[in-house]
Amino acid sequence: MDENRVQEAQSEASDEAMIEIVDMHKWFGEFHVLQGINLTVHKKERIVICGPSGSGKSTLIRCINRLEEHQRGRIIVDGIELLNNLKNIEKVRMEVGMVFQHFNLFPHLTIIDNLALGPIWVRKVPKKEAEETAMYYLDKVHIAEQAHKFPGQLSGGQQQRVAIARSLCMSPKVMLFDEPTSALDPEMIKEVLDVMIELAVEGMTMIVVTHEMGFAKSVAHRVLFMDFGQIVESNTPGDFFDHPQHERTKLFLSQILN
Amino acid sequence: MENVLQQQQPEKIKPPVTHIGLVGWAKANLFNGWFNSVLTVVTLLLLYKTVPPLIRWAFINAVWKSAGTGCREATGACWSVISANYRFIFFGFYPYDQQWRPLVAMLLLFGLLFYSRNRHHWNKYLGYGWIAGLFVMGFLMKGGFLGLTSVESTKWGGLPLTLLLSVFGLTAAYPLGVLLALGRQSEMRGIKVLCIVYIELIRGVPLISLLFMGSIIFPLFLPEGVTINKILRAQIAIILFTAAYIAEVVRGGLQGVPRGQYEAAESLGLNIYLTMRLIVLPQALKIVIPPTVSILISAFKDTSLVVIIALFDLLKTTQTVLSNPKWLGFSREAYIFIALLYFLGCFSMANYSRKLEKELATDN
Repeated sequence: MDENRVQEAQSEASDEAMIEIVDMHKWFGEFHVLQGINLTVHKKERIVICGPSGSGKSTLIRCINRLEEHQRGRIIVDGIELLNNLKNIEKVRMEVGMVFQHFNLFPHLTIIDNLALGPIWVRKVPKKEAEETAMYYLDKVHIAEQAHKFPGQLSGGQQQRVAIARSLCMSPKVMLFDEPTSALDPEMIKEVLDVMIELAVEGMTMIVVTHEMGFAKSVAHRVLFMDFGQIVESNTPGDFFDHPQHERTKLFLSQILN
Repeated sequence: MENVLQQQQPEKIKPPVTHIGLVGWAKANLFNGWFNSVLTVVTLLLLYKTVPPLIRWAFINAVWKSAGTGCREATGACWSVISANYRFIFFGFYPYDQQWRPLVAMLLLFGLLFYSRNRHHWNKYLGYGWIAGLFVMGFLMKGGFLGLTSVESTKWGGLPLTLLLSVFGLTAAYPLGVLLALGRQSEMRGIKVLCIVYIELIRGVPLISLLFMGSIIFPLFLPEGVTINKILRAQIAIILFTAAYIAEVVRGGLQGVPRGQYEAAESLGLNIYLTMRLIVLPQALKIVIPPTVSILISAFKDTSLVVIIALFDLLKTTQTVLSNPKWLGFSREAYIFIALLYFLGCFSMANYSRKLEKELATDN
């Protein structure tokens, strides 16, 4: 439905770098999860990362907002380098929104409180203003009428849309999506993807880990394929799906597209 | 289409009489199977044998008011042991003509507790109210100015003492326990080790020995001339003891909060302090309401152990009455009365925790 609009927006990615990752390594104990990642994400660029489970794609985006710590190399987000400096880390986290596979809404707070919490406590926005912003974004994800319910009273798709709105309330410059539709019932996947497409149209910088290849084809500027902790292939969606370069990419695509 | 659906709606049929109402309930719960039927009959027989005599003893043949001699001939309970001595039971050695002061202090406490029942009343003004209330209560009990004669804390006793030890013991132990639980989860090694040592040490010792240490050993270490009030020492022992148990329960709650909650909070940019305060603790403390209240209830009852360091709490004042030759032999009545008071305290805590759990439930 939105394909045309998205393609119109396709050329928008600028040359300015939003995220720079240089020769980044990460180990879990002895296990070398990320083996020399080099990646530059431009402003307004939309990247889809796919790959078999255990390939390190989730770990990669979790490193970008320091939910995981990298042990070698550099990560620079919007000019701020991620170091062992709490102030820096909090600054980066304010700029980077994250949507999780399991939504991770705060079950003890109403929807509107879930959304207003970050702006009030982190951005120090007055309560009333934060709630207005919250309502604005709830409206955007088509769920304003649920504002005073608790997360447990919503369906999975609704919860995920709330989670997206919660991140947006912090007015992030980048949005990270960690398999946002994997925990959803099939009939709810579309409503979440639609919200993500709307975000794309508005020019949000996005990195999405997903297996929704339809989404990748229509929305991404670039598709990355990861395997064994490395970025094996990086290409435009057209070339990625029609002329994959590497054997491993071909194998993976043949497995998921059939 | 709609019409078809409507036509197909089956007419409502009521379930058979044997499945609803009293008959249905009795059938489902009391007489389902021969074993339960036998149990029901035996229980009914036991109740028939015990309840009527109990009622006759406690109410019909009871003596409510007498100077003690009247009780000797009665076949029922002698409640006059209470009615003749209630002031000593409630207030101990507090000067007789000044006993309105602890009474007012207690009423103030009950009033504050009752008002605080409603969570919507929890705000900073209520906090100020409590602080002011505490000062007024302390002033009423201790006196010494504004025309009130001074009453040494050694004369405090009975119900005010029990309430003092339990209410303040529990309210101070709870936050301390939460802090200890957080400390035990901390990534800072020093704090973590300190908390573990504290919790395990205190849990490994009976409350009685802590009370003894507080009242007998601890003063030996104080420089000469310095004394710390005995009630305060008992109070601290109770707080330290209860906090260790609460800490372990809260730790269980902390572990019950999924990792994803921390991650979501962190990814919003909340620092660790805000994450704990706004996200983790509210969920963790809610999970552990039932075991926490269990601990509070048992701590409330444990305050009666202060008799061993010669403090005259509610139980001890009652026992003192019973050691009077005039009232010798009426311990049943006196203990039943005390048990009722303790039950009221414990039951209202249990009740309140149920109410709180229901209010805080957010799923479905």
